This record gives sequence, C-alpha cells and structure tokens, in this order.
Amino acid sequence: MADEPLIYENQFNVQGGNFNDAGKVASHIKAILKGFGIPSEAVRKTALVAYESEINIVSYARKGVIHLRLAPDQIVIETIDEGSGIADIELAMQEGYSTATDKIREMGFGAGMGLANIRNFSDIFQISSEPGKGTSLKMIIKWQP
Amino acid sequence: MTETSPIDLSTLVRLLRLQVRSGADRLDRPVRGGYVGDLLSDVMGNSREGDLWITRQVHPNIVAVASLKDLAAIVLVNGSEPAPETLTKAAAEGIPVLLAEESAFAVAGKVYALIAGAVPTAI
Repeated sequence: MADEPLIYENQFNVQGGNFNDAGKVASHIKAILKGFGIPSEAVRKTALVAYESEINIVSYARKGVIHLRLAPDQIVIETIDEGSGIADIELAMQEGYSTATDKIREMGFGAGMGLANIRNFSDIFQISSEPGKGTSLKMIIKWQP
Repeated sequence: MTETSPIDLSTLVRLLRLQVRSGADRLDRPVRGGYVGDLLSDVMGNSREGDLWITRQVHPNIVAVASLKDLAAIVLVNGSEPAPETLTKAAAEGIPVLLAEESAFAVAGKVYALIAGAVPTAI
C-alpha cells in the first residue's frame, strides 16, 4: 500500500467535546470524494466510517486527526486520537456496549453501534488502542471507476 | 422491502399535514422509504438513500446524519420544534426539516401506507 500512487490526501483536526461541529469533517470528506467522481456507494460507506470515527473522537478524546487518502482503487481513512482509549476492544466492538455519558446519550449518540457500523461498512478495518492514551483506526473502502 | 414507485415530499406534506421548517424549495424530492429512530448510529447504519427519517431528536447533529446518508427529509414528531441551530444547518446543507403534530407511530404508519401500501402485495 505504501508504494501505491495516491490521487489525493489530506488531514483534518477534530476537537474533543465539540458536539456542535460533530460531522463536519465527514461532510467535508464526502464532498471531496463526490468532487473526484467516486461512485456514490463508496462515498456513502466512507462518509459513514468517517462520521462514526469523528463522533468517537468528539465523545471520547481530547483531540484527534482524521487522514483521508484516495488511491486509484481504494479510499483509506485513518484516525489517531489522544483520549481515554479502549480497555477491552472486543467488548467495545459488541453492538450495544458503550461507555458514553448520559449527556452524550441524550443527543442520540452512545448507542454502542459506532464501531460495529465502522466494521460493517469497511472492506478492511483495523483498530488499536492504549487505555489512557488514545485509539487509532484504519478503514479501507474499495472502489472501482 | 418491496420495490415501489416513490412519492414526493410535497405530496407527503399535504397528505400528512406536515409543517415545513426548512427546505421548502426541495419538496420535489422522491421518498423511497422510511426509517424511524432516535439513535444516530442506528440511523447511520440502517437508513437508506431517499428515506424519510422520522425522529424525536431535534438537535443540530441530525442534519449531518441526514446529509451524509442522502436521506430525503427529516420529520420531527409530537410537535417538537427543531433547535435554531438545526434549522441553520439544515438550510446550509439543503435538508428539508418537517414537523408533525402526531407521534412517530402515526406518521410512520401513514407514510408506510402511502409508499408501500400502494402495492397490494406489500404486506
């Protein structure tokens, strides 16, 4: 993957706790991919995984970065955050499990479906985390011109 | 879900007596189906393009979900007014926000009857 030519790449900062702007980066990424003429199915999958990753940073991290890389046959979204991290990844992946606060849940977040959605809508999904430090995600969505 | 011919937003607004809070210039959009939910990740994961989203959430984040998933419109139920920032965002993103005095159950039932109920074998 390292030697694959890239069509485009960019990165976006996400501020933890800022729910007013939550989804802004995902919307931006969606607009960029549409601009490149990426098929709508791949755009929607990418928008979804970017959105859920962004919400996770806003909900559980002080700050984070979302990287977008567009290659000729795939879209790579990578996120790195500085935050609470995840102690038990297997548990966190289970649908319905969440450590969200009541405040977060009242807004309709924290349903415990975010990581499951990311896994279901990615062609390749990798997660690593260090409790107390932060979480990194890598999502790949394949696309065909 | 049965394949059906879509009905447009303006027809739903008229038949269900919905109030238009945003996106009055986009009511020609076809509605292909619907989804009811207040958990944003549930809607992200399970709604489909062109769906009418019926919810009681009124905060600005619903606009991002509707926009990212290419939903036809958001219908707020039980007469719940959207937050002012929700309308600002909806106007910027071109997302119709509609308001129903009725419950989610009543709205969903009527929308289902209009969309899927038009086909005799739908149920």
